[in-house]
Amino acid sequence: MALRYEEAIARYEPSLGLEVHVELATVSKMFCGCNTVFGAAANTQTCPVCLGLPGALPVANAKAIEYTIAIGLALNCSVAPFSRFARKNYFYPDMPKNFQTSQYDEPICTNGYLDITIDTDEGSKDFRIEIERVHMEEDTGKSLHMGGATGRIHGADYSLLDYNRAGIPLVEIVTKVIDGTGRHAPEVARAYVSELRDILRALGVSDVKMEQGSLRCDANVSLRPIGSEKLGTRSETKNVNSLKSVERAIRGEIIRHAELLNSNQRVIQETRHFHEDTGLTTSGRSKEQAEDYRYFPEPDLVPIAPSKEMIEKIAATLPEKPSVRRKKLQEAWQAPDKEMAAMINADVLDLVEATVKLGADPTRARSWWLGEIARIANERSVAASDLAISAADVAEIVALIVKGELTDKLARQVVEALINGEGRVGQIIQSRGIKVVSDDSSLMAAIERAIAAAPDVAEKVRGGNIPASGALIGAVMKESKGQADAAKVRDLLLKHLGQG
Amino acid sequence: MIRKSAAEMAKSLASGEITSVELTRAHLDQISRVDSQVNAFLHIDREGALEQAEQVDAKRRAGERLSLLAGVPLALKDVLVQKGIPTTCGSKMLEGWRPPYDSTVVRRLRENGIVILGKTNMDEFAMGSSTENSAYGPTRNPWDLTRIPGGSSGGSFAAIASFQAPFAIGTDTGGSIRQPAAVTATVGVKPTYGAVSRYGLVAFSSSLDQAGPCARTVLDAAYLHEAIAGHDPLDSTSINAPVPAVVAAAKDGNVGGMKIGVIKELQGDGYQPGVLRLFNESLEILASLGADIVEVSCKYFDYALAAYYLIAPSECSSNLARFDAMRYGIRRGEGSAEEVMNATRQIGFGREVKRRIILGTYALSSGYYDAYYGSAQKVRTLISRDFESAFKLADVLVSPTAPTTAFKIGEKANDPIAMYLNDIATIPTNLAGIGGMSLPSGLAFEDGLPAGFQIMAPAMKDDLMYKAGAALEAELVFKWQGPILNLAPKLGAR
Amino acid sequence: MTYMSSISRDDVANLAKLARIDLSEDELAGLVKELSVILDAVARVQEVAGSDVPPTSHPLPLVNVFRQDQVRPSLTPEEALSGAPAQEGKRFKVPQILGEE
Ligand SMILES: [Mg+2]
Ligand SMILES: [Zn+2]
Repeated sequence: MALRYEEAIARYEPSLGLEVHVELATVSKMFCGCNTVFGAAANTQTCPVCLGLPGALPVANAKAIEYTIAIGLALNCSVAPFSRFARKNYFYPDMPKNFQTSQYDEPICTNGYLDITIDTDEGSKDFRIEIERVHMEEDTGKSLHMGGATGRIHGADYSLLDYNRAGIPLVEIVTKVIDGTGRHAPEVARAYVSELRDILRALGVSDVKMEQGSLRCDANVSLRPIGSEKLGTRSETKNVNSLKSVERAIRGEIIRHAELLNSNQRVIQETRHFHEDTGLTTSGRSKEQAEDYRYFPEPDLVPIAPSKEMIEKIAATLPEKPSVRRKKLQEAWQAPDKEMAAMINADVLDLVEATVKLGADPTRARSWWLGEIARIANERSVAASDLAISAADVAEIVALIVKGELTDKLARQVVEALINGEGRVGQIIQSRGIKVVSDDSSLMAAIERAIAAAPDVAEKVRGGNIPASGALIGAVMKESKGQADAAKVRDLLLKHLGQG
Repeated sequence: MIRKSAAEMAKSLASGEITSVELTRAHLDQISRVDSQVNAFLHIDREGALEQAEQVDAKRRAGERLSLLAGVPLALKDVLVQKGIPTTCGSKMLEGWRPPYDSTVVRRLRENGIVILGKTNMDEFAMGSSTENSAYGPTRNPWDLTRIPGGSSGGSFAAIASFQAPFAIGTDTGGSIRQPAAVTATVGVKPTYGAVSRYGLVAFSSSLDQAGPCARTVLDAAYLHEAIAGHDPLDSTSINAPVPAVVAAAKDGNVGGMKIGVIKELQGDGYQPGVLRLFNESLEILASLGADIVEVSCKYFDYALAAYYLIAPSECSSNLARFDAMRYGIRRGEGSAEEVMNATRQIGFGREVKRRIILGTYALSSGYYDAYYGSAQKVRTLISRDFESAFKLADVLVSPTAPTTAFKIGEKANDPIAMYLNDIATIPTNLAGIGGMSLPSGLAFEDGLPAGFQIMAPAMKDDLMYKAGAALEAELVFKWQGPILNLAPKLGAR
Repeated sequence: MTYMSSISRDDVANLAKLARIDLSEDELAGLVKELSVILDAVARVQEVAGSDVPPTSHPLPLVNVFRQDQVRPSLTPEEALSGAPAQEGKRFKVPQILGEE
C-alpha cells in the first residue's frame, strides 16, 4: 500500500533546506568560563552566567568567534564587517534565561556555497549547495524525563535538568533552498552533511560527533508537482543523528508528503522527530501558529566588527579543502571512482591515508578498511573508526602479509581478534598460535599425500586441466588447518605435476 | 557622628578617634530607632556588618595600609547581589533567594573595606519612581512620612536622609538615583553608562541601567564613585578606560569660565513653580561664580519619555523571563511546567512589573517591532544627536531634576502616565548613556519640600558634573546656613 | 503616518500567554485600559522615526569585546542548586514539560 520512492519522485520535485548545528570545540563556554567537557557529572559545569542567575552577564568567547569566521570562510561566505547578537525569546525549562542568545538579521557570515559530488548509476554528479548564513548561538541544557514508561517527555511525571551543556557555543549553518536534485535529494543531503563534517573536522573547530550531538542536522523537506513553480509546504525533521539517517529521513519524508498529496491531503507545516529504530518521523509541535520570538539586539553584548587583518589571519590558517585533498589522494593511490566513493561513504578515508603513511600499499590498505573491517563495522552497526583497530594495526598486518608471515585468511582472524580486544597484533599471533606453514618440505609431504589419495585428479592436472588442482589444494589446506599459504601450495603442486 | 559626612567619618576612623565597629553600631542603632517608620531596609545584616567592621579595625590596628573609605558603613540597593545575603529586588518573586555570588560593585566595596549594613527597599525590579511598588511595603520620605522618597532607589536615599547610613548604592535606569536624591535633599549620581560594572546588578533594562553613588555631599558621592567605577571584564559594556578624577573635581569645585547650558525643553509646563524658582536661583549662583550660562535647545527631548517607555519595557520583558520558578525563587501553582510558570509569574510579579512586561512583549512582537521598539531606538539616536549639538555649546547641561517635590504616597498609584512624568528630565541622559547628577537646590516655597538641580556631562566626562556640583553645593550650604538636609524634621524613636 | 493601536482584551490575553503570565479577568480588563492609554502616548515615537535615522541599541559605540577561551572555576553543584525550588540527584527538578520532545 505504501508508496514506493520511485513513484513519489516520478510525480513530485523535492526541495530541501538543511540546518546544521555544530558544537564548537572551545575549552570554555560561549559566554562564560565554564568547562565544556562532555559527560561530566550533572551541574558541575555551571556558573551564574550559564545558569541565567539574576544579574549575571555574558562575555563572548574570542575563539568561538574565530572558529565561526573560519567556518564561514571555508564555506566561501562573506564575513560581515559588522554583526550582532540578538535575543530569541521563548520559554523552555532547558534554557536558563528563557531567551537564546543567537543572531538574527545580522549574522557573522552570509552567502556561501559548498560543492559536493555524489555517485550515481549514471556516474558521478556534482551539485553546488548554496549557504544562506553561518551564525553563532548557544546550546541549551539537557532534560531527563522521569516516570512514565519510555523516558520520553510524553507521560513523564517530572523532569530533571542539567545545565552543563547550556551555553556551549553552537554554530548554525543554514542552506538556501536546495532545488533540482530530483531523485537524488536524499543522497545529496547526505553528501552535503558528510562534506560539511569533513570540512569542520579539517578546520579542527568541532569534534563533529553526530552520535554525541556535537553535529546535529535538521532537514526541511517540501514537494511540489513536477512542472510547478510554487514551493510546497515544508516539514522540519529534527533528531537526525547520523549520515545514514539524513538520507533515510529525507527519503521517508518525500514518501510521506507524496502520499498525503496523492490523496489530496494537506501537508502540515510542523516539526517532526526522526526515530532511528523505525526510520519514520512523528509529529512534533505544529508551526502553523508561528512562534513569535520577539528578536531584538542583545543589549548585554556589543557588536562584532572583525578587522580585515583578523579575517586575513584566519583565512591564512585554513587547511586544504577536503575535496582537493581527496583528489590528490585518489591520484596518488590510483583508486577508481567507485572505491573512492566507497571509502568516503564508509568514512575510512583518513584511516586509509594513515595506514598508507605507515608504509602499507594503498590497494591493500583500502581493501582491508573497505573489506573485512567495514564488514564487521556494518555487522555491529558502528563506524569503522570506532572499532578497536587502528591504522597502525592494519599497517602491521599488511607488512606481515607482504613478508609472507600471514595469509589473508589468517590476517582476517587477527583483525577479528583485535576488534574483540584480544591484544596487539603480535600478542594475538602468539596466543592464538597463528603461524603460516611455509616449510617447503612439510608442504611437499602433504602434497604427495593428497596426490596419493586422489591419483585420478592428479592425472587430470598433469594432462593440463589446471582448475582440477583445486581439489588437491583444498585437501592440503584442510590438512594444515588453514595455516598454509594457499598460493604457495598451488605453486608447489603445479610444479610437482609438471605444470609450473 | 552619624550626621557627619562619609569623608569626615573616614577621617575620624583614620585618626583613631572612632573604630569601625563603633561607627557601624551607631548606624545599626539608628536603624533600630527609625527604620520602623521609614522602611528603608529590606534586610539588615547586623552580624555581617560588624564582622566586616571588626576586620577593618583589626587591619588598622595591625598598621595595614587601608583604602580611604575603609570602615565606613553603606546601604546597598537590593537589586545588587551579595553572596549569601537575601536579594529580592523588592519582589515577591525572589523571596528567600540568597545569591551564590557577588556583584562586581559588592566586590569593589569589599576591596575598599566598606561595611555593608544591609539591603535597601526599592520599586519592584527598579520599576517606579516612588518605591511604592515594593512587595515589602513602601518606603517613606524622612522629610514627611506620608510622602514618597522617590524611586526606584527610594530605600537607599531614605536611609541616608534619615542618617541610617552615610552613603549608599543606587541604580538609575530612567532617573532612579537622581529623582529620589532630589526629593530627599541628597546627592545622587548616575555615572556614564559603562563606568560602573553591571555584573550582579539584576537587570531591568540592560542598555539603560547604571549603578551609582547616593550620598549627602558631592564629595562623598565622588569618593564612592571612584571606589566602585572602573573596567570589569565580566561586563561587555564596561568602559575600558581610566575613571575620570571625580574626587579631584569635587575638591576643585570651580565653575569659572565653564559654559553651562540650560535646556529649554526641560522647564515650563508641568514643573512646580517652587522647583523652577530654586532652579533659577541656582543658575544665578553659578553665574555669580563666573559660569557662562547659555540656553540650548534639545527638540527631540519631547519624545524621550515615549521612547523610554518602549525601550525599557521591551528589554525588561526579556530580562525578566528568567523568573520562571524552575531554578530559583518562589514556585507556585500545580500541573505542568508551563502552568507553574504562568501561575508563579502571576503571583510573584506586582502590577507595574506585569504591565511593563506585557507592554514590552507587545512592542517587540512581530508586526509591531518597527512601529514601536524600532522607532524608539531611532528616537534614541535623535536624542544623542541633540546632546551632541548641545555639548558643542556648553560644557555641562542643567535642568531641574524632577518636575515636582515629593508627592503623597498613593497619590499617583492609579495613573501610570502621571507617575512616568516624574522622570521626564532624567530620562534623556539614560537614553544617550551620559552621566547625570542631582544635588539639592533648596526647599520649594509652596510646601517646604526639597527640590533637585540636575547637571549632565558628556560621556566619560563625569568629573565635570562633580566640579560644577561642588561649586553650587558650597554656595547653597552657605545660603541655607548648612546642608539643606539639616532642615529636615528629626525622626525620633517611636 | 502614526500607527494608532487599539488593544483588545484578546490581544492582551495573547501577550500574557506569550509572556507566561496568568491574568485574572480583572487584571486583564485593567491592563486593556492602561495599555491603551500608554500606547497612545508612546506611539508618537513614530512621528520622528524617519527611514534616514539609524537605530541606537547600544548607548556607547563599543565593538569586539571578547574574553579568551579559558576555563574559569564553576559554581559547585550545591551552590548552583542552592536556590532551586526542588531538586533530585544534583539536578533541578521541574514539573512535567509539555510540548516538544
Ligand atoms: Mg538556531
Ligand atoms: Zn558558566
